[in-house]
Amino acid sequence: MYFSKEVLDSSSRMRQRWEDEVKKAVAKWPDQKEDWTTVSSLDIKRLYTPEDIKDLKFDEDIGYPGQYPFIRGNQVTGYRGKFWTFRMFSGFGSAYDTNQRWHQLLKAGQTGLSTAFDFPTLMGYDTDDPKARGECGKCGVAIDTLEDFMVLVDGVPMDKITTSMTINPPATALWAMYCAAAEIKGIPLTKIGGTIQNDMLKEFIAQKTLMCPPEPSVKLISDTVEFGTKFVPRWNTISISGYHIREAGSTAVQELAFTLRDGMEYVEDVLKRKGLDVDTFAPRLSFFFNSHIDFFEEIAKLRAARRIWAKAMRDRYKAKDERSWWMRFHTQTAGCSLTAQQPYNNVVRTATEALAAVLGGTQSLHTNSLDEVWCLPTDHAVEIALRTQQIIAEETGVANTIDPLAGSYFVEALTNEMEQQAWDYIHKIDDMGGMVAAIDKGFPQMELADAAYKFQRQIDSNEKIMVGVNKYVTDDEQDIPLLDIDDAIETQQIERLNAVRRKRDDKAAKKSLNDLKNACKKGENVMPYCIEAVKNLCSVQEICDVYREVYGEFRDPAMY
Amino acid sequence: MAKRKLRIMVAKPGLDGHDRGARVLARCFRDAGYETIYTGCHQTPEQIAAAAIQEDIDCVGLSCMSGAHKYLFPECVRQIRALGGDDIQIIGGGIIPKQDYQLLYDAGLKGIFTPGITLDDIVAWINENIVPNVKE
Repeated sequence: MYFSKEVLDSSSRMRQRWEDEVKKAVAKWPDQKEDWTTVSSLDIKRLYTPEDIKDLKFDEDIGYPGQYPFIRGNQVTGYRGKFWTFRMFSGFGSAYDTNQRWHQLLKAGQTGLSTAFDFPTLMGYDTDDPKARGECGKCGVAIDTLEDFMVLVDGVPMDKITTSMTINPPATALWAMYCAAAEIKGIPLTKIGGTIQNDMLKEFIAQKTLMCPPEPSVKLISDTVEFGTKFVPRWNTISISGYHIREAGSTAVQELAFTLRDGMEYVEDVLKRKGLDVDTFAPRLSFFFNSHIDFFEEIAKLRAARRIWAKAMRDRYKAKDERSWWMRFHTQTAGCSLTAQQPYNNVVRTATEALAAVLGGTQSLHTNSLDEVWCLPTDHAVEIALRTQQIIAEETGVANTIDPLAGSYFVEALTNEMEQQAWDYIHKIDDMGGMVAAIDKGFPQMELADAAYKFQRQIDSNEKIMVGVNKYVTDDEQDIPLLDIDDAIETQQIERLNAVRRKRDDKAAKKSLNDLKNACKKGENVMPYCIEAVKNLCSVQEICDVYREVYGEFRDPAMY
Repeated sequence: MAKRKLRIMVAKPGLDGHDRGARVLARCFRDAGYETIYTGCHQTPEQIAAAAIQEDIDCVGLSCMSGAHKYLFPECVRQIRALGGDDIQIIGGGIIPKQDYQLLYDAGLKGIFTPGITLDDIVAWINENIVPNVKE
């Protein structure tokens, strides 16, 4: 019991008196609206009191940093030893362009790299495939072969700086390129660190970067987990992502529940398929969350996420190593909360969301730029976004103390409520036979479609407010400078690719693709074959075509 | 002769998978009483054109968030016209900078809708500007 009987009794008495006064006050000055809810439509009370958290047990439910249930964070020293990693997601145009932006960001004080790939790369197509027309370099960097990759990481100290790569269906191919690049630079695989997103379940649920059906997709992911565990121990082989689920329209609770249930699905597959001990791989599982505009809901979500994962790993999967119970995560502010109207307001939104992520204890953060509703960010807009994090870290004082909102009646009550609702979803998905089965039924996809539609209707009816969109609207448009990606990049990239094709040893390339195909058919781990293939200058598409041939292609079922 | 229901197709050309807007719109059009078809993600302009003709569509709404609209939208128009869909009205939306609007209008798009517009405004625009093709 968190409070003595006397405290709860007096709270109850005082609350009754306060409620009477509220009734009188409201009769005279009515509330501005009837429903007070979070951006996800979770009901919020006018006031929270000790009675709302009377069942909370300090040792089991709160505890200390670096101790179960890790609600207060994994690090015993909090942010004093090290701030979260300032990790700005970037990539556009050619490998040269992106390499330049990376060096500029490192010079500006960024402490980790994060790669955005263009759509052909993300979907496993080469720049000259007919499906890729018009997309080259538009929303990320174009990578076709190891030659491009070597340009991308030119001058990057791969043994000192960690690199995150947002790549999903072709994750094995791009990670193989990173491993091969390190080897070429003389850096052993045990020294490189970073993350591949490599989370296909959320692609079926939300982002729709699709290649093969769910079952073989999960198999490829388990291959990377096994390979990383054995040979690349500092690598996070999955970044289990709620970000895209939220951006696709989910509520905060759905983001929490579906992401963690995805994580459980991966754990179960590795245990079953690879027979690894849970404590050998669980400490390297990482997560990626959204930080949306509803300040306390986000803080509660992130705190709840750590507690749910700790419980799941300890009790459901019987992990014994404390590091297996840790949930380590990256956070990105919410792109979908930004507005095209009055774009400078987006700086304020992003700052608020970044602050929530920090108070929620994130280990790594990307802050969106003010112009991202219009296009990829300009250099100047990116700098403001990075400075936003640095101001939070260096000036606001929020990094002084660990988990400063612990014990707040409201934050703890909201954390509990979101955890409970997330477990309800998790158990429902368990009953369906797991996440792959739930995706086959269209369950998470339709939950998102419902939530996204409801939210849009709430905006249209002014039930929820977006400043500059449905309130405080101005007629004069603020023009901001926009980044334009040169269409000529596509032609140049195709020339580069053709040059690689001409110079490579075609026989060796074909042989390594054939070896990869046989490995797929036999169910072997594909990673060693992928590394061999990229070294022989096989392209991303050539590798992915092997997967498509052996495992089949998955098409968007177009549910709405 | 009774006016037939408007037939509208929401289409996602290219490799972009950001389908939140497309799915919300498809549901909105259905609720507005249109016969609605949603293609799903990753359609080529050729596939979109063939589907629009086959389904006897009055209006195609293209959605793209990847920045490839400058190639994909005009190409969809071209393919639809090439298959004889001269009466099909084509509109588009997504992450589209203002500097690209004229290029898209010149290519034959009748309307461009970007973040911040309400569903009701889009439906009102369609009711005013798109007339169902009457086929005898």
